[in-house]
Amino acid sequence: MSTSRIDARFAALKAEGRAGFVAYVMAGDPDYATGLAILKGLPGAGADLIEVGFPFSDPMAEGPPIQRAALRALGEGMTLSKTLEMIAEFRQGDQTTPIILMGYANPLVSRGFEAFAREAAAAGVDGLIVVDIPPEEAGPLADALDAAQVSLIRLATPTTDDERMTVVVRRTSGFVYYVSVAGVTGVKEADAAVVAPHVTRVRKASGLPVAVGFGIKTPERAAAIARVADAVVVGSALVDEVALAAELNEDVTSRVLSKVESLSKAVRSARVGQTTTV
Amino acid sequence: MSARPNDYAAYPDANGRFGMFGGQYVPETLMPLVHDLTAAWGAAKTDPAFKAELDGYLKHYVGRPSPLYFAERLTKHFGGAKIYLKREELNHTGSHKINNCMGQILLAMRMGKTRIIAETGAGQHGVAAATVCARFGLPCIVYMGAVDVERQKPNVFRMNLLGAEVRPVTSGSATLKDAMNEALRDWVTNVEDTYYLIGTAAGMHPYPEMVRDFQAVIGREVREQIMEAEGRLPDAIMACIGGGSNAIGIFHPFLADEGVKLIGVEAAGEGMDTERHAAAINGGRPGVLHGNMTYLLQDTEGQITEAHSISAGLDYPGIGPEHSWLHDVGRATYLTATDLESLDAYKLCAELEGILPAIESAHALARVGDVARDVGKDGIVVLNLSGRGDKDVATVAAHLGMRI
Repeated sequence: MSTSRIDARFAALKAEGRAGFVAYVMAGDPDYATGLAILKGLPGAGADLIEVGFPFSDPMAEGPPIQRAALRALGEGMTLSKTLEMIAEFRQGDQTTPIILMGYANPLVSRGFEAFAREAAAAGVDGLIVVDIPPEEAGPLADALDAAQVSLIRLATPTTDDERMTVVVRRTSGFVYYVSVAGVTGVKEADAAVVAPHVTRVRKASGLPVAVGFGIKTPERAAAIARVADAVVVGSALVDEVALAAELNEDVTSRVLSKVESLSKAVRSARVGQTTTV
Repeated sequence: MSARPNDYAAYPDANGRFGMFGGQYVPETLMPLVHDLTAAWGAAKTDPAFKAELDGYLKHYVGRPSPLYFAERLTKHFGGAKIYLKREELNHTGSHKINNCMGQILLAMRMGKTRIIAETGAGQHGVAAATVCARFGLPCIVYMGAVDVERQKPNVFRMNLLGAEVRPVTSGSATLKDAMNEALRDWVTNVEDTYYLIGTAAGMHPYPEMVRDFQAVIGREVREQIMEAEGRLPDAIMACIGGGSNAIGIFHPFLADEGVKLIGVEAAGEGMDTERHAAAINGGRPGVLHGNMTYLLQDTEGQITEAHSISAGLDYPGIGPEHSWLHDVGRATYLTATDLESLDAYKLCAELEGILPAIESAHALARVGDVARDVGKDGIVVLNLSGRGDKDVATVAAHLGMRI
């Protein structure tokens, strides 16, 4: 069953006494073959979980880096179907690394929630984050995902007060994604001291591990967040490497994976010598 | 749909839905703000003091009521029903957009917001937003697609004169939908002090309802004015549709009057047999964009496709959710008009009535002859002349192959 891949990974991380590193990549960026090569290389480079973005023409919560990544992928003909194909190919060689799909509602609405959930589960997807489907609108999607045993991962944000938190964590499983700043991806910087009490709040309300993302770009920042959260998500800084590699005429896969290595190393060693666990 | 006759005005429901359409598809960061807005609007709309304040500004600042004018020569030209024009182009700032802006700015101030953001296509909403911000002394940032900035330069300058900052948007197709994306990105980043003044009856609940209610002053006036002029209700009411705020504003007070045909006209661009149009209902299918479920132009994978229209104000791949619903339940009919048909109608209205209509409104004028003939000689058709066409003279000249 797919949900257990996420639970098993967080249980293992807890046993190791460290935070997990979650790498976000845009499916098919800069093209299908390279995107697949990056995906296959991520676990070896230190990604404990992988978020795979499926591109959408109008990504209203993304900053410029992920907007551009989506346009690159769409320009190469990337689709939701091909994203699932890519994940299925990845799964042939990796049965343990959880894969979370992340994107916007309309490609899923267009496909139909039931059909999508079945196909996603068959491809080896463990969880789904949909930026523009809040709890109020999530009923039909949650039903479809439940039937296919795919986790619906929820976003909690700095504007989520305690009352709303109970709404946000309803019908969620796997983990909760805490959006560390009010804003779009990859612009403002996350502050670990500000984030810490919110992580505690989300963990308490959900009883689930909490991953923190938005605004984490450097190994230093990732390490600081790793001291207070169960997992650290980096996205924009990775997709920026794709653009940079192309600009510098360097190998995209190795450039992205080396960034993943430096970030995951920082996350892995963040709590070494730390006496209290979170 | 199980809506009973005369029940149309009861929508949206408590979830912000018109049947399957509408809703609140927004990022979690914005949900608490959207709920705050829903509550504030709920309180304001039943507050007599709010209504009195708004009515005062509509009368003395906007210049309402706008006339309902019998277009004698257009009527004669088409040889069918009597054609009346609801003269929204005579409002302050030259379009119906100010009705909504005046309502929302009063609400924003009531909510204690100190910074206003807006999106604009043709610039008519941007100008109206900049105008009310100037009037009440609030900073205004208008997001506008870079393509639109280029084709609507006079309106950009007008906004600047009114003290607004116009931010050109280069992402995506650099038109209205991208301006709306960028405005949403601003709002999600500035959650404490910012009010998002949406210009059309689309987006997440409560905007479709709120903008409709602010624009419904158009239809309420038409009701009184046509009773005075003709002693009865019209046979048909027509309006152009981009997001659809001028149309829903004139339609809404007549939803329960099943004898009154409601006819929207979408932009067919270069033709409905091409991919270059902006007709969401006639050429799209339901999906989710900008906070609501509605008819959208999209490909088979659910990617939003670019709209095309000679009119920047209609150049949007979606439509307000209430129109999607009125279409599905059959209460309103949605026709189309091409760029060329609208240009012809623009010229005809100028020559026969001495009125330059906005190229947006000219889309409705392009179908008014068909409707007037269909209704017949004893009938009455009211058309919402939603904006004035001075802003479009350069576009029209270019299409006529002239330089001005």
